Amino acid sequence: MADGHQHPIEHRFNPYAENGGTVLAIAGADFAVIAGDTRQTEGYSIQTRYAPKVFKLTDRAVLAVNGFQADCSEFVKRVMQRIEWYRHAHSKQMPLKAIARMIQTMLYGKRFFPYYTYNILGGIEEDGTGAVYSFDPVGSYEREACRAAGAASSLIQPFLDNQIYFKNQTPAPGAAPFVPGNLPIDVVLPIVIDSFTSATERHIEVGDGLEMFVVVAKGRDVSQLASLNAEEIPATNPGEERVFIVRRELKKD
Amino acid sequence: MTREPQTQQQDSHKLTVFRNTYDSDNTVFSPQGRLHQVEYALEAVKQGSAAVGMRSKTHAVLLALKRSSGELASYQQKMFRIDDHVGIAIAGLTSDARVLSNFMRQQAMSSRMTFNRPVPVNRLVSAIADRAQVNTQEYGRRPYGVGLLVIGQDQSGPHLYEFSPAGNSYEYFAMSIGARSQSAKTYLEKNFEAFEACSLEDLVRHGLHALRETLQQDKELTIHNTSIGILGPAGVHEQATAASLGKEGVFRILEGESIQPYLDSMLPKEVPAPVHAPGAAAAPAPAPAGGEPAGEAAPEAAPNPGEEMPGALPTDDDVNMG
Repeated sequence: MADGHQHPIEHRFNPYAENGGTVLAIAGADFAVIAGDTRQTEGYSIQTRYAPKVFKLTDRAVLAVNGFQADCSEFVKRVMQRIEWYRHAHSKQMPLKAIARMIQTMLYGKRFFPYYTYNILGGIEEDGTGAVYSFDPVGSYEREACRAAGAASSLIQPFLDNQIYFKNQTPAPGAAPFVPGNLPIDVVLPIVIDSFTSATERHIEVGDGLEMFVVVAKGRDVSQLASLNAEEIPATNPGEERVFIVRRELKKD
Repeated sequence: MTREPQTQQQDSHKLTVFRNTYDSDNTVFSPQGRLHQVEYALEAVKQGSAAVGMRSKTHAVLLALKRSSGELASYQQKMFRIDDHVGIAIAGLTSDARVLSNFMRQQAMSSRMTFNRPVPVNRLVSAIADRAQVNTQEYGRRPYGVGLLVIGQDQSGPHLYEFSPAGNSYEYFAMSIGARSQSAKTYLEKNFEAFEACSLEDLVRHGLHALRETLQQDKELTIHNTSIGILGPAGVHEQATAASLGKEGVFRILEGESIQPYLDSMLPKEVPAPVHAPGAAAAPAPAPAGGEPAGEAAPEAAPNPGEEMPGALPTDDDVNMG
């Protein structure tokens, strides 16, 4: 202002920070992929090249958190505690839609001092279908086929809309109409990897490493994952859903 | 007028008459320096069905006899998972047991949250012991009516603790609590030196033998009335789920069909020969049939040493007692 500071200017402690990074999740017919880069930034600095943003909650649910890392990690711990209590009380794992609704109530509980996190929950529903739920910081949520959140969400979400929902595409003449939500794993995983490599090129807060969690429904064939160097996370209840993790490098500049 | 208070060794159902004046308030000592309310709480533990615990160098196991209030009813749950590395078996008031197990779960979770490591088992057991002691010293409160056997694992290996309503907790190699537990204790005392080097299967077999000692006549251990809790690396019968148990072997409760192989491994019950042999309606030499769980109508010839008076035990349809 050109008035030479004639009026008082309030200075306050800002309880939030922006730690960069991006997460995304895509649901298939009987699997779900939940991915996030591993770079953590503040401003133009890199705080660390490896800070996980995607966490396994149960054999069938994986949560990606992004925004203000302190709120994100605290929120994940609290969600995991609530899920453990559910297991104590019901002697079984919490279903995905119940976790989603619970996350809403936990977020809205801090409506007037929110967790600065953009959450994406992915996994397998009780009926065996792949599902993705995305949340805003105060708990508004919706089940979708795919969602990107975080620093590069504006770069990735339009790409996903085109590739997963087939938006702004017309089928070739004589070909069958597109049916979103039925892509196989070997098509979805390259879409995820390409989303992140492209975001890394154009967004400074994205890069360093990529972690993709793949949750597969009970009994589903997992041979496609073997070629990708996927590591299985041992299940709490064997013989049910399974969770695999695939890691890739991303550019470090 | 005051009567001479009787000592503990009298039949339990006669005791109340003589201890009347000093036993209504928790905060009143008897002239002998005893708190009778606490001692009555210990009686409540003895009313619950038996539970046995033991440990080896690599594993700790709990075994419990589940009671059911009738043919149509389900069997009362005797074991609870507290955390991946801690499990408990209860004897006594099940509602008190739920409250204590809830508290233990809270403690275990908050320890993980605050210190990013599993709660040390001795610290957890001390926490409930301290809580229970409060109830033995505050006016208007009653002691907890449940005893626990706690198994847990830390860097120094597996551990077994007994918790009692008196607010005491001790560590043991092997222990049993609940109805007719003295019979199980006798078995454990005879065999405990072997436990240290036992495999998981042998340890469970010893535990089943000990639990069998607490059975009433004509009863036997079945997949319906027996619970087994295991802590430690996966055993021979658990190979299908070995990956999910992890290297340490998280606490798991086995019930139903999955305990059949363990029951099958039990040895036939040995019946000691009667003192006067000829003409006595004595039991024959150890039963020939291989691998059958106990239940032969033999006990009348050889009463178990150290047996408590059976008088005051509840019937099985007491739904509050587990």
